[in-house]
Amino acid sequence: MKIARAHVLVGVDDEARLAGVDEVLAVLRGAIAELGLEGEVRVVETGTLGISGRGVAIAVYPDGVYYAGVTPADARTIAEEHLWKGRPVERLRLPTAAPVARPGEILGRQTRVVLANCGVIDPEEIDEYIAVGGYEALARAVTEMTPEAVIDEVKRSGLRGRGGAGFPTGVKWSAVRLASGPEKYVICNADEGEPGTFKDRLILEGDPHKLIEAMAIAAYAVGARTGIVYVRGEYKLSIARISRAIAQAREYGLLGPRILDTAFSFDIEVRPGAGAYVCGEETALIESLEGKRGWPRIRPPYPVTHGLWGKPTVVNNVETLANVPEILRRGAAWYRTLGTPTCPGTKVYTILGHVRFPGLVEVPMGTPLRTLVYELGGGLPEGRALKGLLIGGAAGAFLPPAALDVRMDFDSLAERAAVLGSGAILVMDETTCIVDMLGSVLRFFRHESCGQCVPCRAGTDALVRLMAALQAGEGGERILSQMVEIVDAMRLASLCPLGQSVALPVCTAVDGFRDEFLAHARGNPCPRCWANAHPREGAP
Amino acid sequence: MTVEIEARVAELVKPYAGKRSELIQALHRVQSELGHIPKAAQAVVAEALGVPPSQVTGVVSFYHFFRTAPAGQHTVRLCLGTACHVRGAERVLKAIQEELGVGLGATSADGMFTVEGVRCLGACGLAPVMMVDDEVYGRLDPKRVKRILREVGKDGG
Repeated sequence: MKIARAHVLVGVDDEARLAGVDEVLAVLRGAIAELGLEGEVRVVETGTLGISGRGVAIAVYPDGVYYAGVTPADARTIAEEHLWKGRPVERLRLPTAAPVARPGEILGRQTRVVLANCGVIDPEEIDEYIAVGGYEALARAVTEMTPEAVIDEVKRSGLRGRGGAGFPTGVKWSAVRLASGPEKYVICNADEGEPGTFKDRLILEGDPHKLIEAMAIAAYAVGARTGIVYVRGEYKLSIARISRAIAQAREYGLLGPRILDTAFSFDIEVRPGAGAYVCGEETALIESLEGKRGWPRIRPPYPVTHGLWGKPTVVNNVETLANVPEILRRGAAWYRTLGTPTCPGTKVYTILGHVRFPGLVEVPMGTPLRTLVYELGGGLPEGRALKGLLIGGAAGAFLPPAALDVRMDFDSLAERAAVLGSGAILVMDETTCIVDMLGSVLRFFRHESCGQCVPCRAGTDALVRLMAALQAGEGGERILSQMVEIVDAMRLASLCPLGQSVALPVCTAVDGFRDEFLAHARGNPCPRCWANAHPREGAP
Repeated sequence: MTVEIEARVAELVKPYAGKRSELIQALHRVQSELGHIPKAAQAVVAEALGVPPSQVTGVVSFYHFFRTAPAGQHTVRLCLGTACHVRGAERVLKAIQEELGVGLGATSADGMFTVEGVRCLGACGLAPVMMVDDEVYGRLDPKRVKRILREVGKDGG
């Protein structure tokens, strides 16, 4: 790497592309060349800077100045004023909590482990990842540690699966290690599809090498030679970046035969999905990899003993894996200094809906919901009041404002019968109709139910019909008890978490916002529901 | 016509011959070339990979991405995720219906647009969002949607 006086980091993700980042980059580079700054200032295309919904975002280092909503004309101004004359452009500058904003402190106090490199390094250059300590953990693992020692370290770190269920990662690895058979697989579940969630996409786009390193470590630990990244087909940029990263790692001998001159061989392939929410469920994902419909399998046996092609298989979520290299590099004891005793580490959230700063944040486990919404999300726009929150995606819980002091970790949420789920936090102001929101969630489940088992197939359809009646002001109060009865049956009898988890949004919405549901049941007109149930008449 | 399609598909799926785990990959390839996967093509894929035709049809009908009939010249994918819903995706859908005369899952009479609803596109910061072909459009309101559709229709007409 050449040493430059200043680095200009430009966040390039799908959102920035839409906001015209390509043109901004062209103007920025042109201006830098014109001003003769080419040798001094380096422009780096990186992943998200953690600022969402504010157009093109740029950071200038070492000054630690962040700009948002940058247009091509602004890019020229930034080059002339800031890069050439050294005067930050206050008009475009983003307020940050700290006087000198380090990446970890943008938009408040974050602790970045998983996202440490996102928006800091160029994800298309393996050298940049190596320069910040990348592949150190893999090298240590394969040259100094036994597979058992690696598993032990992960176990002691207390890392739990971030895909939603919170299962201890080390225990999963250990089961695969102990399973018999020479052929084993490591699968990275990047089939992100929970509504309101895009953390995995931004990790894949912002730091793909971290994932490769983690998968290689997992493979070494369990004794696998083949890894597969199952990624959502719509995530074009993610697919391109991870594929490029894999090719670079192969060139450097960090993937392929005899990694770092040891007896350990491992390689990774990328498989795009074809659009089915249920394939985020691990056994459905495995079916899909085998070229079949994504129908969840009956468990047990579990994938740790009977996974892909019936062989022992680790399936880990993107965010879970992204924790692994730092755990090995800095040790389980360090990892345990973050988060809570039963849920160590950090969690990545997407904060959305009616907040001032929607976007991606990473904070320690156990951070209160209130901090996330009001400090990191900036609270609601001025003059708006909070009505409720939907936490954990569509298969999540509707919470009333009284729940704002809940701590966000697996166990504290379980006490409130809620889940961390995908880490999506949807904030809803007083103009939102919770009944209408639940209707949207239920239509989603009906659409995505795979149709294999009757409770889910018939249950989601019945729920949508009942909701339609409720929204039309017909049917009376008994609809509420009918809905609860149906989801109870689905929770007990559905084959996979898709059908089982529908109970969560339904019960929390009906319990937490009972008055609103009763008002609908009694036929009180609701403008929101009226508009959505009668698409032609309700146009404003 | 059918013979022509069969020959073309046979050529496309050659790299996957005998590999039943590559079914979805093979179908991706066929659809990206033909735009859809007609019955005749499904039979060829089944034959080449050595899987029953019923499995091919089963997979094609299961995954939202695959289609058996040709789409319009442009595909509009409207995000139906919760974040888009809370920010007015239904109003956007209404605008699309008014402009094109068709709703979700249908193709406009002039064959110009196919409208689909998709699950969360992960661009929630820009909600409500739709994709027209490979372009993402965010912060939509009914007026903007109609303008975008008119412009796309003009360019690609």
